[in-house]
Amino acid sequence: MKYVMLIYETSADFEARKPPESEPYVAAWRAYYRALLEAGAYVGGGAPLEVPGTGTTIQLKDGRRQVQDGPFAETKDQLGGFMILNLASLEDALEWAARCPAAATGAVEVRPLDVAWHERIVSG
Amino acid sequence: MRTQYGRLLAFLSSELRDVDDAEDALGEALVAALASWPNDGVPNEPAAWLLTVARHRLVDRARRARVRTEHADAVRRLVFESANSATAGEIFPDRRVELLFVCAHPAIDPALRAPLMLQTVLGVDAARIAQAFLVSPATMGQRLVRAKRKIREARIPFQVPPARELPQRLDAVLEAIYGAFGLGRDEAAGADADRRDLADEAIWLARVVRECMPHEPEVRGLLALLLFCDARREARTSPDGRYVPLSEQDPATWSAPIIGEAEAELAEASRFERIGRFQLEAAIQSVHVDRARSGRTDWAAIVVFYDRLVRVAPTFGARVAQAAAVAEASGPAAGLAMLDVLDATAVATYQPYWAVRAHLLRLLDRPSGAVAAYGRAIGLAEDPAVRRFLIDRCG
Repeated sequence: MKYVMLIYETSADFEARKPPESEPYVAAWRAYYRALLEAGAYVGGGAPLEVPGTGTTIQLKDGRRQVQDGPFAETKDQLGGFMILNLASLEDALEWAARCPAAATGAVEVRPLDVAWHERIVSG
Repeated sequence: MRTQYGRLLAFLSSELRDVDDAEDALGEALVAALASWPNDGVPNEPAAWLLTVARHRLVDRARRARVRTEHADAVRRLVFESANSATAGEIFPDRRVELLFVCAHPAIDPALRAPLMLQTVLGVDAARIAQAFLVSPATMGQRLVRAKRKIREARIPFQVPPARELPQRLDAVLEAIYGAFGLGRDEAAGADADRRDLADEAIWLARVVRECMPHEPEVRGLLALLLFCDARREARTSPDGRYVPLSEQDPATWSAPIIGEAEAELAEASRFERIGRFQLEAAIQSVHVDRARSGRTDWAAIVVFYDRLVRVAPTFGARVAQAAAVAEASGPAAGLAMLDVLDATAVATYQPYWAVRAHLLRLLDRPSGAVAAYGRAIGLAEDPAVRRFLIDRCG
């Protein structure tokens, strides 16, 4: 079953991405990604996001564009990345989510993909 | 109070042969207590008070046909008994061990046995149990409800199993407790208060079983094992939050009184001369903590115990630990050979396997293999302190 793993990070987590490259945070992410690959769980289509400040949010109100600098929600933990995973069950997804380096500092959400809806959109 | 809850629920459940209705009735009695005791004072016999109120609730519900009809006889019997016995000073029998055997019955999903025990015998909140077992509170709640329905519908008997079944049935109880303790230990000390408490709950359950079945050596072996591990709990984390493996722990940080109690339990167990997996695991821990006295670890003795343990209980945990012990006693190549025979797909996501493998490959001066294995061990680790430790080791 396909799941998306949404990775919410603290501002300290975003800061930890900066050099020097030998930071334990980077090492932890590399190892986690490789472990997912070797377990055959990583499908692809995942990516880390730039820092929340680089986001721009748009809504249409009465036909007019409302553009806002920054992410959609001003929460303490911000979306920092996502991964598409293929796993046997929600239990497996939670096991992998618990291993995610961000689980200890921010939060990790796993949610099933709505494959049926996707099929309707991309076919025909 | 915690002990009383378990005893009360066990007694009521065994009367009704049903945990569900008993839980509801006892829950209502507790609500009534919270409402009246602050004003009227705590009664002289609080347990008897709760039991009486719970029984009355069951009668009320039966009258309003809300208790299942198959319980009607049991409820009538309870009411008759309570009308005829003096509630003051009434001592009702301790049926907690029967309740534990119900929770660990073969008909109950193994994954639910420990949660059931924690909820019924110790009154642990379902949401807290869910956290520890990596399941959402709603899901855990539903599963517990289904399990209790199964107890009723399958008419699981509230009794200590007959002698010929006792060894496996008791092992199921002990394994569930050990599993719960293991969850409590995976966290670095203090990192997650809930998980730490689960280890304490498991020890409490082990004590309940030991109190009720003191002549079963495996019961005492399990308690000894849990206490040996508990004695070293603080030593696992340095003052600055780093993970400290057993080999680097300072014995002065181990709790001598808890070790003393563990040794006493293990000694008692050995008097029965019926060895089993938990006594063997406890014996291994006993050798480890002997380092406090002797200044060294007797790896040869540990290897002997693991040899017996894997014949009795060949879990991956035991086999990986055996390989590590063999490596200490006979060199890393011998240890690695034991890891190599383990089924690759089965250990693919078993973190300790990769940690031990990485360590041995490094000792054997096989850097590329070591780095890959360290990578796996890091990627599979859940505890950030363990991750950090392995990242530093890997260099």
